[in-house]
Parts: sequence; structure tokens; C-alpha cells
Amino acid sequence: MLTILFDGIAYGMLLFILAVGLAVTMGLMNFINLAHGAFAMVGGYITVLLMQRVGVPFLVCLPLAFLGAALLGGLLERALYRPLYHKPHLDQVLFSIGLTFMAVASADYFIGSTQQIVQLPEWLKGRTELGEGAWMLGMGHYRLFIIAVCAALTVGLQYILAKTRFGSRLRASVDDQRVAAGLGINVNVVFLSTFAVGSGLAGLGGALGAEVLGLDPTFPLKFMIYFLIVVAVGGTSSITGPLLAALLLGIADVAGKYYIPKLGAFIVYCLMIAILIWRPQGLFVRQGGKS
Amino acid sequence: MKDSLNPLLVNRRWKPWEAVLWLIALVSPLLLPSHALIINEIAIVALFAVSLDLILGYTGIVSLGHAAFFGMGAYTAALFSKLVMPDPTVGLLVAVVVATLLGAICSMTIIRGSDLTRLMVTLGVGLILMELANKLDWLTGGADGLQGVVMGPVLGRFEFDLYGRTAAWYSITVLLILFVLARRIVHSPFGATLKAIRDNRLRAMAIGIPVTSRLAVIYTVAAGMAGAAGALLAQTTGFASLDLFEFHRSADVMLILVVGGTGWLYGGVAGAIVFKLMQDVISAITPQYWTFWIGLFLVVLVMVGRERLLKPWTWFARGGKA
Repeated sequence: MLTILFDGIAYGMLLFILAVGLAVTMGLMNFINLAHGAFAMVGGYITVLLMQRVGVPFLVCLPLAFLGAALLGGLLERALYRPLYHKPHLDQVLFSIGLTFMAVASADYFIGSTQQIVQLPEWLKGRTELGEGAWMLGMGHYRLFIIAVCAALTVGLQYILAKTRFGSRLRASVDDQRVAAGLGINVNVVFLSTFAVGSGLAGLGGALGAEVLGLDPTFPLKFMIYFLIVVAVGGTSSITGPLLAALLLGIADVAGKYYIPKLGAFIVYCLMIAILIWRPQGLFVRQGGKS
Repeated sequence: MKDSLNPLLVNRRWKPWEAVLWLIALVSPLLLPSHALIINEIAIVALFAVSLDLILGYTGIVSLGHAAFFGMGAYTAALFSKLVMPDPTVGLLVAVVVATLLGAICSMTIIRGSDLTRLMVTLGVGLILMELANKLDWLTGGADGLQGVVMGPVLGRFEFDLYGRTAAWYSITVLLILFVLARRIVHSPFGATLKAIRDNRLRAMAIGIPVTSRLAVIYTVAAGMAGAAGALLAQTTGFASLDLFEFHRSADVMLILVVGGTGWLYGGVAGAIVFKLMQDVISAITPQYWTFWIGLFLVVLVMVGRERLLKPWTWFARGGKA
């Protein structure tokens, strides 16, 4: 049982890293970006291709995946996303669906539709077991690695957001764009860098998750719903909200699939709808914020 | 005030070109007998798009889960003909009733919350139904789809033929009936309140429009119409599969509607024709990668602006409203 909890936490952490960029950009620009999964896929493919074709070690691939996805995100933000911030949501949804379709078809065309496999280094392969019987805790080393990386990132993000000058600019822009711009904050630069970092994190998450979640060209469509659940349930005003939502989702999903495999993903969707009917603005939203 | 002066009533009156259009539609299976199958598909997709137009174009609810009702109607019609009786008209009615009920239940979920919440909930309902259809494999055939649906003749007289001519007429007739219904709805005072809600929800509420119940009613009606479209598809192809609930179906129908123009009932019909022909041409060139071109089309459409792309004469008109 503890093992399931552990796996759920690892899964949730992974989802958090994948979705946090989406949460921040959505809160910041009120932009419904369904193409977020495409950046994660880019990160995953960068890792897989570098490892398979060039033989770059796994740990070096991770920062590269981050950089690649961030670069792509920055470019696209400047070129395509920026004109759309003030368009209606329908336009944004259409645009990002279009982008996702393009990403899926191009990945299919250039790399092929087969599932990609990541060769983990030896020291990440094993499994440690603690305790006995019903309370046995089996920890896969790779999952432990994921949790460690994600926890470090979370703490780092929280620090940046809460303590640095950039963080306060970002929070000011999220709260009220126009007032922030009036105070001399260059909102466009804040947007651009946030979007790039968010995409980069998605890329990193994609690289980390390639082994756990599986990587094939339909990745953006398959996991889009999960990212959106995290954001919709967690709310977009802080990063603790999405973190808790991601953990909840990860644990519910793993436990649900383990105990009641017949129901499959059913539980997660029902849970999401119930939560959203109960609290439409998300579970962890401070009162009185901008609607 | 005379009728002709009231702008709400002017729009309501049937125009001559509309009658001509429907006549052409009804004659088309005779004129193009070899294309009856695609005419049938266009009619079904058009009905689906018109139903989405009621909630997206007229009421302003962005829904990514409209395929849920489409699939529900299709599965109901297929199961009904397999287990109860093969008469298509009764099956169609049953499917519409079931989809309407589902819509009534789901309408509770879209009343509150922001666009994002609604998007998620509609998407979630579609996914839940897909999981259900997948897991209840003793009933629905699971991932293999529901096979062996045999339909009786329409109204006891017209057998479905291999070329799809009966199917095309059947679908066009149903489309016409429901289209007239939708037309009545959007041009009624009820429809006017829907547009008011779309344009400014707060003001609509302030002048005393019961926003919640209006949203619920129109969502339910649209669900029923989508169910009818699904039932038509299942009946004319004799097959229902999980693919009906897929996300890309909801996305496609949105694209169709946007291509034809939202907030205009003929938009769904026009979009269906353009989209189906385009899909036919592109998938003949690149069968595997045609989603790329659809995606590119979507991106270009939004970047250029929905209004401008479809009205080429505004391309070079600078100034005015940007």
C-alpha cells in the first residue's frame, strides 16, 4: 500500500512539473493553451533522440531538453501566441488545438509512430524495499530520482516566486496586468520569460516522464487532459494549488488503476467533475482574488 | 409597427434562396448518385455542427465535449436496433430522448465557473462516456466497436441500399426537420435572450433574463440534436465505435463550425460541406498526415482572424476596425 502511495507521489510530482508552466501562463495571460503537451513531447524526444543517436548521457540530456523546449516556447510566444492574448477563448482553443495537431503529425512524420524507449543508466534501475508485509515500501530508484528532482524544482520555483524581484514582478502581473504595466514593469518580457520557462519545465517533465508515461506522437493529446485537470482543480493563483492537485491526481490515478482496474481512468474524471461542480474556481483558491 | 420594420422579424422570414438550397440538397442524391455516401456524411456532420452552433455560436459556451452526445446517440440507436427493434425512426427518437436526458444532466455542470472550468467539464464527460463504452464490452463490444447492426427499412418502405441514396435522403430529411426547429428557436424571443447572454451575461441577468435556466435548456436541446446526428451515423453505417467519443471529433466539429461561421445556422451546413470535401482531398494526398494540414489551417485561421479569412474582400481593406 505504501508502494502505491509512493508511486502515486512520484507520478503526481511528474504531473506537477509538466503542468506548472501551464498553470502560470494560464493565470498570467488568461490564455487557454491546449498545446502545452506539445512542449513536453519536444523535451521527451530531444532526450530520446540524443541518447539513441548521439549517445549523450541521460543526466546531460535533461538540461538540454529543458533548454530546447524553453527556446521553442520563447520563439512561439513571440511569434504566435502574443497576438492572441486578447482574443476570445474560442480563438485560443482553436489555435492551440491546431498547434497540437501539427505537433502530433510532425512527430509522426519525422520520428515514426512507435513508442520510444529510454535507456536509463544502471544506477537508476534498481529498487529498494523497506519494511515487511502490508506496510512494505518498495521504491524504484528512478521514481525516487523523479521525486528528488521535482521536489528540488518546486522549492526553487517557490523561492523564485516568493523572494526574488522577478517573482514579485510576475505576481504583480498576474494580479493585475494593467496596473503592473503602469508601475513600469515590462509585462511583455515577464510574459515571454515565464512562457519560456514554463515550456522548458514541460520539456524537462517530458524527458523525465518518457520512461514512466511512455512517449509516442499522441503524447500531447493523451496527457492534455491531465495537465488541464491539474490546472483547473488546483487553480492558477499559486503554485501550491497545482502541486496539491497534481499529487491528489497522481495518487488517485495510481491507486484507482491498481485497486479497481476495471474502472480505469473513470475515477479521475468523476473526481474532477465533482470537484469542479463543487468549487468551479478550483480547490485551492484564495478568496477575493481576481476572477 | 409593421412586421417588415422589426429587425427581429425580418431575419425570421424564410428567404427564397433558402428554399432553393434545400431543394438542391434533396435532389442531390439523384444528381450525384455515386456521391450519395459523402452527401449522407455531410448531412450528418452538418446536423452535428448546427447543434454545436446553438450553444457555441448563439450562447457562447465553449464546449470540447460535444462528441459525448453524438456518441451517446449513436450507441443508443445501434443498441436499440440490435436488441429491441430495427425500425430506424423509432430508434432515432429513442436516441434523441436518451441524448436529451444526458444533456439535461450535464447541463448542471456547465452553469457555473469560467470558460476553463466548462471546457474541462465538457471534456471530462466525453472521456467518461468513452471509458464506459470501452469497459462495458459485453454490451458495447468495447474497443472492437458495436458490430452487426441491421436496420429495417425507413417508415417500413424504403430499404437502405448499398449506394447510400436512401441513407442520404433520410439524413437530409432529419437535418431539414431539426434545422427548421433550430431556426425557430434562435429567432424566437427565447433565442434573442440567448444572444443577450452570450454578449453580456451580467447585463442579461440585470434585465431579468433567467440565465441559468436558459443555459440549461439550450444545452439540453443541443445535446438532443447532437444525439440525433449520432443516431443517423450509426443507423446509416450500421456501426458504432469508440472513435465516436474521441476528442478529435469534438475538435473537428468546432473547426467545421468556425469555418462556416458561428452564430449563423447555415454556418454549420457550409462548414460541413467545405470540411468534408477538404478532408476527402487532403486525405487522398497524404492519408496519414492530414491532421497536420488541418492543424495548420486552424493556426492560420486564427492568426489571420476568423472573420477576415472567410471574407476575402476584406483582406486589402486597411484601416477601419483592425
